[in-house]
Amino acid sequence: MALLEVDDLSVTFARRGQRTVHAVDGVSFSVDAGEVVGLVGESGCGKSVTSLAIMGLLPKQPGLRVGGKAVFDGTDLLQLDDRSRRDIRGRDVAMIFQDPLSSLNPVIPIGLQVTEVLTRHRGMRGEAAQKEAADLLDRVGIPDPRRRLREYPHQLSGGMRQRALIAMAVACQPRLLIADEPTTALDVTIQAQILELLKDLVRDSGTALVMITHDLGVVAGMCDTINVLYAGRVVETARRRPLFREPRHPYTVGLLGSVPRLDAGRGERLNPIPGSVRDLLAWPDGCAFAPRCARRVDECVGEPPELVLAHDGRSYRCVNPAPVGGTVPPAATGGRTATAPAPGTAPAAGGASPAPADDATAGPVPAPREEEKP
Amino acid sequence: MTESDVLVEVHDLKVHFPIKRGLLLDRVVGHVKAVDGVDLSIPRGKTYGLVGESGCGKSTLGRALLQLTPPTGGEVRFDGVELTRLPAGKLRTMRRRMQMIFQDPMSSLDPRQNVESILTEGLQTHGIGTDRDDRRRIIGETLDAVGLPRWALSRYPHEFSGGQRQRIGIARALVLGPELIVADEPVSALDVSIQAQVVNLLDELQDNLGLTYLVIAHDLAVVKHISDVVGVMYLGALVEEAPSDRLYSEPLHPYTRALMSAVPVPDPDVEDRRERILLAGDLPSPANPPSGCRFHTRCPWAQPTRCADERPALRDIGGSRVACHFAERIASGELRPHKVSARIVRPEGEGATPAVVSAPTEPGSYV
Repeated sequence: MALLEVDDLSVTFARRGQRTVHAVDGVSFSVDAGEVVGLVGESGCGKSVTSLAIMGLLPKQPGLRVGGKAVFDGTDLLQLDDRSRRDIRGRDVAMIFQDPLSSLNPVIPIGLQVTEVLTRHRGMRGEAAQKEAADLLDRVGIPDPRRRLREYPHQLSGGMRQRALIAMAVACQPRLLIADEPTTALDVTIQAQILELLKDLVRDSGTALVMITHDLGVVAGMCDTINVLYAGRVVETARRRPLFREPRHPYTVGLLGSVPRLDAGRGERLNPIPGSVRDLLAWPDGCAFAPRCARRVDECVGEPPELVLAHDGRSYRCVNPAPVGGTVPPAATGGRTATAPAPGTAPAAGGASPAPADDATAGPVPAPREEEKP
Repeated sequence: MTESDVLVEVHDLKVHFPIKRGLLLDRVVGHVKAVDGVDLSIPRGKTYGLVGESGCGKSTLGRALLQLTPPTGGEVRFDGVELTRLPAGKLRTMRRRMQMIFQDPMSSLDPRQNVESILTEGLQTHGIGTDRDDRRRIIGETLDAVGLPRWALSRYPHEFSGGQRQRIGIARALVLGPELIVADEPVSALDVSIQAQVVNLLDELQDNLGLTYLVIAHDLAVVKHISDVVGVMYLGALVEEAPSDRLYSEPLHPYTRALMSAVPVPDPDVEDRRERILLAGDLPSPANPPSGCRFHTRCPWAQPTRCADERPALRDIGGSRVACHFAERIASGELRPHKVSARIVRPEGEGATPAVVSAPTEPGSYV
């Protein structure tokens, strides 16, 4: 039994006179202790709503419905009342938000905000709490912590604010940490510092980490297992290497093809996914990604694609997945030459493909992605 | 390189913003040296990329180049014409030839103007096109060029998605037929799949129209992808300038090395093997920059001699320009990096002010 088991989580927002929004539509994943699980996707794919639902932080408003289960160490977090949820939150499960400036209280000194957690969950008071808070700030790499405790959030730089937020989150040594875009608002050099810090935390204390991000580079360096989300559903789940080496879902292929890489040669065109996240099909009517998909076949429309389970914990939600390189050994292509990263360039000939193959694994189709070695 | 090949030439450009104190009688207590002595030249039809962390002055440099922020000193030559001393009327006519694309299309497009009105405004100001029909023709061609449908003309910015809005922003710059386009974070507010569309569009437009770009961005991978030459800025000055491939394969300045090693690459094999150079601390305050080499307070290769007291000038090393006293010896491996711990540098006489600059308004792409 994993530490956190999210099963068929769904979040819908209904408003009178408007179409119900299925922000999260049956998301399942699990996290073990000491494991880093990534939720990746673009805006509106439901990754942040997923984390807020697990934490019970969605605004209570009429029309909000949360379904499914999120079992943390035997208790379903979604069924808890506010009181017992507050006991767990901050102590066993903690969260790091994207923008530290808006998630810290601007009129309260950092020190008070850090000690608040210690007082609430560990019953520490006065000097002991101060000392522990200073130790925490020191641990996350804030120089001169005693002075920083007396300062207000605006007096800290972006990187330091994020560190302070991490210090608050790890104050009670939580067993599960959810990080929602923890480095998006930061510069790359600061991002590297923060990611290194998070890695150390996972390594040293065995904390399970759910990493929510849009940055595939961050995922590649951090996560053990990756869930790719699109329009509120997980479209592909895989371990880190297989996902980057052989992405199966066309959306994953498209995402990887549209990121410019620092180690790629100049002059290569990117392979963007056409259209925008707005052009989607409602899941019940077929695959939400079908309108933008290069490998669309007739089967894509009509009913939603089932999750296909493959070996090694992989799964993808696609009827016409990108073929696997099969016989091509990964290391065959040494230095990267002028070969463009060509994911998604093997289109299934428009809409009516002659080969609606369910499993094109053995097909003599060219590998979707040259293995890239620096 | 002859004179005519260079479209933009910047010499010793400085932009200093005064820091004022007091209510009635403003006293100038210091200057934020946002841009402090930058030399660069952009060849016609090429792309110059400018990277650096928030607060390094890259946006200010872009704006000063277009005279949107008046420079404190130095020269900007555009096609041989010195812009800093040009009278306002003449400068206005020059603006037609140099346009800007902004980061956030939602806040740089007037929500109450429809697309046609947004695009016509510039044409009218500069007196391009003989009549309404002629202007419509020009606008139509521009829309085709940026890949927007004709029906977009009567719509308002909020009716478009982020990527399409950025296309409107590009069309607005393009409609005047400029030669230089300064793009300040053109894709950082967009989703990855949309980013790629806009990057490709910028590439195509350059191929078709022979545009010259100055692309300012914090995302090194994007900049490297579209630029011919990349300049790295740190605290208001260029620390390295190199052809984009070279910059990645052979970074010479310690800051460039750290920057390159910090950018995540979407490939687990690369990620696992690479060595990261973690910089300690944050960017020092540009109001009170460190003496000597600006980077010496965070530099893992900083030496006891020269670094702290002599500001290095940009010098040529094998095709790159680097501002480091010890670039060759670092490249040859003669000097080894050492550990730097974060230090707090406070501006003098300002007890409670933070010693570091951060710009929360400059995030990566919003997702």
